[in-house]
Amino acid sequence: MAEPLFKARNLTKHFQITQSFFQKLRGKEKQVVRAVDGVDFDIYWKKNFSVVGESGCGKTTVGKLMMRLLDPTAGHMYMKGEDISAISNRQQLKAYRRQTQMIYQDPFSALDPRHRIRTILEEPLMIHDIGDSREERTDMIHEALEEVRLTPPEKFLRRYPHMLSGGQKQRVSLARAMILNPDFIVADEPVSMLDVSVRAEVLNLMKDLIDEEDVTYFYITHDISTTRFFTDYIGVMYLGDIVEKGRVGDVLDTPSHPYTQALLVAVPEPDPERGRGVKKVPITGEIPSGTNIPSGCRFHPRCPHAKEICEKKDPEEIKVGKEHTAKCHFAGEIEFDIEVAK
Amino acid sequence: MDSKMVLEVDELCTHYLTTDGEVMALDDASFKLHRGESIGIAGESGCGKSTLAFSLLNQVQPPGQIMSGSIDLDGIQVADLTEKEARKKIRWKKVSMVFQGAMEIMTPVYTVGHQMVEPLKYHKGIEGKKARDICERYLELVNLDGSIFDRYPHELSGGQKQRVIIATALLLEPDLVILDEPTTALDVVVEARIMNDLKRLRRELDISMIFITHDLSILAEVSDNLAIMYAGWIVEFGSSKDIYKDPKHPYTEKLMAAIPDIRTDIERLEYIPGVPPNLINPPAGCRFHPRCHKAMEVCKELEPETYDVGGVRVKCHLYSEDEEIAESEEAQYETAYDDEAAAEAYEGELGKEEIEEPDEIMEE
Repeated sequence: MAEPLFKARNLTKHFQITQSFFQKLRGKEKQVVRAVDGVDFDIYWKKNFSVVGESGCGKTTVGKLMMRLLDPTAGHMYMKGEDISAISNRQQLKAYRRQTQMIYQDPFSALDPRHRIRTILEEPLMIHDIGDSREERTDMIHEALEEVRLTPPEKFLRRYPHMLSGGQKQRVSLARAMILNPDFIVADEPVSMLDVSVRAEVLNLMKDLIDEEDVTYFYITHDISTTRFFTDYIGVMYLGDIVEKGRVGDVLDTPSHPYTQALLVAVPEPDPERGRGVKKVPITGEIPSGTNIPSGCRFHPRCPHAKEICEKKDPEEIKVGKEHTAKCHFAGEIEFDIEVAK
Repeated sequence: MDSKMVLEVDELCTHYLTTDGEVMALDDASFKLHRGESIGIAGESGCGKSTLAFSLLNQVQPPGQIMSGSIDLDGIQVADLTEKEARKKIRWKKVSMVFQGAMEIMTPVYTVGHQMVEPLKYHKGIEGKKARDICERYLELVNLDGSIFDRYPHELSGGQKQRVIIATALLLEPDLVILDEPTTALDVVVEARIMNDLKRLRRELDISMIFITHDLSILAEVSDNLAIMYAGWIVEFGSSKDIYKDPKHPYTEKLMAAIPDIRTDIERLEYIPGVPPNLINPPAGCRFHPRCHKAMEVCKELEPETYDVGGVRVKCHLYSEDEEIAESEEAQYETAYDDEAAAEAYEGELGKEEIEEPDEIMEE
């Protein structure tokens, strides 16, 4: 296997909760939210990687760490072999961010309502000192708009974001990321605010750009049903840790961690014959707070298969297939079955 | 089914009379709903789903107005009621609604219980311990602990808040509950469990439900009948079993194909190019024709009628028995759709003036 494009090793981010003066006086213990708790993953060139999980599992924090919008508490990240977690100087950080761009969830607030599309797209070029003249930059902006199929580009340059539909806005955000020709894009729920019909259009476009523009995506989502189409690898995150990862087909067809299995049962069935009855969603309760991560396996209080060992020992990563691992003591032993009570 | 009719909507039109023109948000909607049945209403944003829901409560916000048609709710003509009568006679008692983004609906400064007892107080005059008992019973019905009654909204998770709202909607034992995007903001696991609860409640309490969403995959699980809406029209109406198996209208077909399947590898997702039309000035003929992959010449001029195709009502020329229409040639477009046209439509909304770009602000 080729050298990965992006590597994360023991990536960790803990947030300190600020204490009030009285809490300090009383000597209350400092609380720490373990948002990302030592994750490892590799992303290969032009093989998209998706992270799925419930809200609060730390998936957006991982994305922000990768952009270096947050500084990791511990661990390392390597981009093309270079340790980017160690960058401290502004110039280097800027150079790194030229290769790595981000797309946000809400296209309605990611674009400045007071700027025209032209200004929005020109801004990254100005920041990175690309293009000598206004004409040259205009050409680049045209090209970027054409890449995201907003044609003819002249029509869009003078518009304001509110004059575009949701899908078009998200395509402008994509153009803004693409204009710097990045190698790597962190897409944080890029389609979750869009209608189902438009969602497909934007995802198709993003997929086309992989080959056209040689770009790799890190796709953060809570919608597991789009991952199979869009990505090659998947990581399932629970409470700050990736509990199962592997090729997307393997993970979705033979989920080995009870949490992944529960997520898959919960996906709605677009088939009235199959989905009619009451589904047995195996897990109850909601995701615990990151300040108070359960001992042993972090999933054990909600796990239907939990045994004694799960309370005591944090499971190791167990290999259940080629490039497919799960962090569960019983990985590979638990059978997956969607039960529907009539 | 010979059970009692709960709701009969006939040729309902609701328009918004804005200063720019009349927005035809809902046109000619007709359907029936029996006791214990559920209807799913699906379509893209801006297709009139929520307008339909508000019309059923006679709660359309001005400048919106019910223009014509009738809503027969268990013998009451909803469209003829005044605001005061509507509040007294139908809301909460006969129909209750769970709004989109219901989680932000609760006031943060009062306890859950304080807000829950309101409908009981105003409609039935029940207060104090008795009201509390009723509320607790309904909270337990939606799988919540009775102690939630004394908590504040910020202490609850999103899923719990949504459950409280559903419990409140059920308090006065309405015949019909309208749920507008009830699970959109929730995680899949929570969503699946709330959907399970709704399925169970519908059976236990024998109430009718109307689900409104843009996500067809959820509707398959909960609705007996399905209404697909596009640009203010109900383009297809029938039993959800039939529609999922064999969608008749080209729009439904595309909408179904856009749902990604988790079990098979696919190369490309289907989508519907373009954006829904501006409803002040909708396209002539069939409103869907500019985006339709099966459009014929006739679709550009003539509004389709609603045809009965094996029990499913479809508003599309494809099913016409008129020979002239059936033989109409396939429409010729250079491209099925282009962004320019859509952009123009948006510009139209803004008064059409071409905006002059001021000399660059960024140029320093």
